[in-house]
Amino acid sequence: MVLTARHVRPRRPRRRDVPRHAVLLAASVVVVAPFCWMVTTSLKQFPHVNQPPFLWPGEFEWGNYAEAMSAAPFARYYLNTAVMTLGIVAGHLVLDTLAAYALARLRFPGRNAIFLALVATMLVPTFLTMLPAFDLVVRLGWYDSWTGLIVPRLADAFGIVVLRAYMQTIPVELEQAARVDGAGRLRVLLRVIVPLCRPALATVAVFSFLFGWNDFLWPLLVTSDDDARTIQLGLAVFTGKYSPYPQLLMAGTVVAAIPAVGVFLVLQKALVRGLAATGVKE
Amino acid sequence: MPQVRVPASRGGRLSLAQRAQRVRRARRARRGGDGWAAALCLAPALTVIGLFVVYPIVATGRLSLTTWDGASPEQVFAGLANYVRMAGDPEFRNSLLVTVLYGLGVTVLGVASGLGLAVLLNAPLRGLALYRGIFFLPVVTSSIAVATVWKYLFGQDGPMGGLTGLNWLGDPYLALLSLTLLTVWKQLGLNVVLYLTALQAIPPQLYEAAALDGAGGWQRLRRITVPLLAPMTFFVIIEGLIATFQGFDLVYALTQGGPLGGTEVLGFLVYRTAFSSGEFGYAATIAYAGFALVFGLSWLQWRLGGRSQWS
Repeated sequence: MVLTARHVRPRRPRRRDVPRHAVLLAASVVVVAPFCWMVTTSLKQFPHVNQPPFLWPGEFEWGNYAEAMSAAPFARYYLNTAVMTLGIVAGHLVLDTLAAYALARLRFPGRNAIFLALVATMLVPTFLTMLPAFDLVVRLGWYDSWTGLIVPRLADAFGIVVLRAYMQTIPVELEQAARVDGAGRLRVLLRVIVPLCRPALATVAVFSFLFGWNDFLWPLLVTSDDDARTIQLGLAVFTGKYSPYPQLLMAGTVVAAIPAVGVFLVLQKALVRGLAATGVKE
Repeated sequence: MPQVRVPASRGGRLSLAQRAQRVRRARRARRGGDGWAAALCLAPALTVIGLFVVYPIVATGRLSLTTWDGASPEQVFAGLANYVRMAGDPEFRNSLLVTVLYGLGVTVLGVASGLGLAVLLNAPLRGLALYRGIFFLPVVTSSIAVATVWKYLFGQDGPMGGLTGLNWLGDPYLALLSLTLLTVWKQLGLNVVLYLTALQAIPPQLYEAAALDGAGGWQRLRRITVPLLAPMTFFVIIEGLIATFQGFDLVYALTQGGPLGGTEVLGFLVYRTAFSSGEFGYAATIAYAGFALVFGLSWLQWRLGGRSQWS
């Protein structure tokens, strides 16, 4: 793990760090200001939404949240998004693990070709595939349903690539020992590989969660009913209707953004580790 | 097969026949008799990806030769009519230009800001994890949420409008600039973390040797850091291009492709053509040709200009 090695090095004298801190702080302000502005606005009383302070809440009108929540079926959006996201995460964990295991450990003709084809699919933009995929979902009768939101995204190449790379670092001897002891392929996978892959599985779970929770285009295509809409879609509709009321808009935005930000704050390590793995491996 | 060893302590409990069978099984597995197991493991994932990613790539090509509206039962074959129409379509040309400008802006600014901040973070520093976490915040926040906030920030009542006196989202060029800045801002943390991991993989001895030979800070950056980061830069550029291809969500929530088509990236034009105008066949043509053109252009740029800069 590259990230830990650096902390061992001794720290330089702090005075020399001042210019660096200044630049980094300035960049941080640019990054954080819109978030402060979003939260502050969501807590303002309506008549003076466009008056300062902008970056730190001076008043706490929590009623904005209740008002925004009752203006659109946010609870239903939340439920749909939670079901979709959990379905996608579960699908990725199971299907990607199985596929990664085959690509990392099993021997069969065409293994490398399949892997390269999978990597290539990661470069394909959604707009190139969305029309026939949409058509397929309509024909299958999955329009406006959880099935239509989940099944087409049950597996993804990114998870397979991350898990395969991780599995290849596990010594083959461990597996052979278990095989010689009489364990079948499935038992080896479940009892030896999966427990050792926990960090990589955590990475895949975080990425899949963020992908699912923040996804917009696919739900936009395959749902039109409020009963099937996800939170990002609901937010987009909501902002169209309530644009004259910034405080309600921002309350809705906070509600739509918070779960993903929360998951990130808790599982930051898994995310950064995953990025390190994808980037440096090549 | 000397590697297959039966541990004596365990083997002792088994009959000779059992032991032989297990060794045989392990050997077979290693020689390449895994076809069935592999098929079973791969089938679920490949079915999903095959049906919803690979098949649609082919099907989009077929659709691009029809005048299908997305709903009627038959798809009328139209030959290359859609491609001819596209060649003379000002909307398509505009969208292509917007996508290229957007892609260039996002990759250039993204590489510069990501690399710059990563270099600053790549030395022992208090609060490193905090900075990294802060820069990553926009990456994990949904595109719709951040674009909603930016739409207000860059709107006429917002602080950017008030500070500069400009109508950022009312002018085609300024709107494209706003979209570019928003995308760079959203991707910043990703680029910083990617560059940071690449920087930390550079052996410190290289810098020490260069310093002994009298290389200054700028020279070390120019002669060691930048060349050694070339593979990561390639990765970041690809990542940025994909983000601009996928830039749909930000466009949808910030500008809806407007004003006057100033931010109508290819993805949005495909969506609008298919789902607002009901021209699935033509939308498929735009998707196919647009993807090929933009991909070709970035490849060309990489071959001609970009690569020499990094290698």
